[in-house]
Amino acid sequence: MKKVFLVADNITSPLGTTTAQNFEHLINDVTGVRQHDDKAMSDELFFASLFEKGYFQTDECWTKFEHLLIASLTEILYGVDKNISDKKTVLIISTTKGNISLLETEEPGPELDARIALHNSAKKIAQHFGFVNEPIVVSHACISGLVAMITGMRLIQSSQYDHVVVAGADVISKFVLSGFQSFQAVSPGLCKPFDADRDGINLGEGAATVILSAERPDGEVIELASGAVSNDANHISGPSRTGEELFYAINKAMDASSLKSEDIDFISAHGTATVYNDEMEAKAVTLAGLQDVPLNSLKGFYGHTLGASGLIEAIISAQSLRQNTIIPTKGFSKQGDANPVNVCSQLISKPLGNCLKIASGFGGCNAAIILTKSQQDIS
Amino acid sequence: MNNQYYISAHCSISNNLVSYNNEVVFEGAEQDIAGFLLSVYQHLGIKYPKFYKMDNLAKLGWLATEVLLKDFDKTKYQPTDIGVVLTNAGSSLDADKRYYDSVQDIASPALFVYTLPNIVIGEICIRHHFKGENAFYIFERFNADFISSYVSVLLEPGQLQACICGWVEMTATGYKAVLFLIEKEGATPFTTENINKIYSTANG
Repeated sequence: MKKVFLVADNITSPLGTTTAQNFEHLINDVTGVRQHDDKAMSDELFFASLFEKGYFQTDECWTKFEHLLIASLTEILYGVDKNISDKKTVLIISTTKGNISLLETEEPGPELDARIALHNSAKKIAQHFGFVNEPIVVSHACISGLVAMITGMRLIQSSQYDHVVVAGADVISKFVLSGFQSFQAVSPGLCKPFDADRDGINLGEGAATVILSAERPDGEVIELASGAVSNDANHISGPSRTGEELFYAINKAMDASSLKSEDIDFISAHGTATVYNDEMEAKAVTLAGLQDVPLNSLKGFYGHTLGASGLIEAIISAQSLRQNTIIPTKGFSKQGDANPVNVCSQLISKPLGNCLKIASGFGGCNAAIILTKSQQDIS
Repeated sequence: MNNQYYISAHCSISNNLVSYNNEVVFEGAEQDIAGFLLSVYQHLGIKYPKFYKMDNLAKLGWLATEVLLKDFDKTKYQPTDIGVVLTNAGSSLDADKRYYDSVQDIASPALFVYTLPNIVIGEICIRHHFKGENAFYIFERFNADFISSYVSVLLEPGQLQACICGWVEMTATGYKAVLFLIEKEGATPFTTENINKIYSTANG
């Protein structure tokens, strides 16, 4: 099977506009989540990780969502030695709700529908950067980012493309916030992933990009070794009671990269801090025999960035592998009783080789990927 | 991709017609979209109360899958061996607008959950107990090239045994579903040309 390498990455979030800036803030325990009082979004005060007002704004040319993607893509493509206009390069965009905030501010009609349409955003952005192939948009709830990476990996493995640029973004507005509030799923304070007293999510804005390539860069590299997706076939808005289906995806990804449980050095969980999500993930991790492996959730730093979350968390995990440093789970302090997993609450510095990244979402979907660090290929 | 896969069935729902393998199996009377979808449901004679809770996109994909799988013996496969890969142009915009209209009054979680295009996949998986690979992609128009090449990758040895794939689009004024059941044996080869031909000739 052809190998797939992460050759460049970017995170554009309230914590910074490069991966390095973002990682530095996580090391220093700085979060983007804070309390907001914005009546346009919610009658009540709420906690979220949002860009400063006016930082990315819809204008005549681009929507806020498109500005976010462009910012992330510009930073990553600047100075990268990849021929974007190559026929063997494709752009994949990951988002959960894209331009939906325009419903709140713009006049309804066919023009607005066209502006919201994700294939139009993708096409405009692809043209802006000079991609020649039709872009692919993934919209698969909260696992969109991982589905986009897995799709890119398979397109390279099957030799359809040599390079895949995967970019994801989501914007938080009244539409999304009111929806999660209607589910009683939003925490009244900072979220507490995997904590015994966890009480819901914080939402967050962000964008992230990775370039996947069949060409191995020099020196130490991060490989997207494998990935798998599964469905609970149980409930559209509640996770599996057993975690068996996420476990299936984890097992499939580990098998495909020939790794055993003892080979996994840390797990980057979805960890939304809702009661049911975290419990289901803990069950799946336990079924995989990984309950003693250090596990983190980054939602206490970024909130839930929806279609960007899988990418942001995979990129931080890749940076953890490079720096041999596991980021702690901000917001976690008290271990729950059922299915205890090894939630990382302090910075851990140790040699790291393999990371499991998992995510789950509405519609009963689950995804797992394996990131592996390897030295110069001596063969 | 040296392996050959086959279209073992296909189903189209558009223009008030439901077709299975090119044969019209139901023709609705002229009425609104919700009324037409309900008439298809009643024609099929299935009792599935969850149907009534679904948004129009989920109903359309769910009904098309019911027809598509009428001769399918899923017991041949494990639940994780069967996948669903769907595409459209408008994502869940029809449900998005209905949800946002509710927000002015009181935000409805029952409407919010359908503001994700992959929920139609979730509904299909719940109904048929499919647990394999699933993904929802957005394209400007039916992308036969992507579907045939990507689904073929998913069917490679050690991966899926069967995959439901195709197009399912719902707007305020129109709808179109063209779904394919792809397996490892059959008569019609799963090629870009063949699915394009079926898509473009679906119900006129």
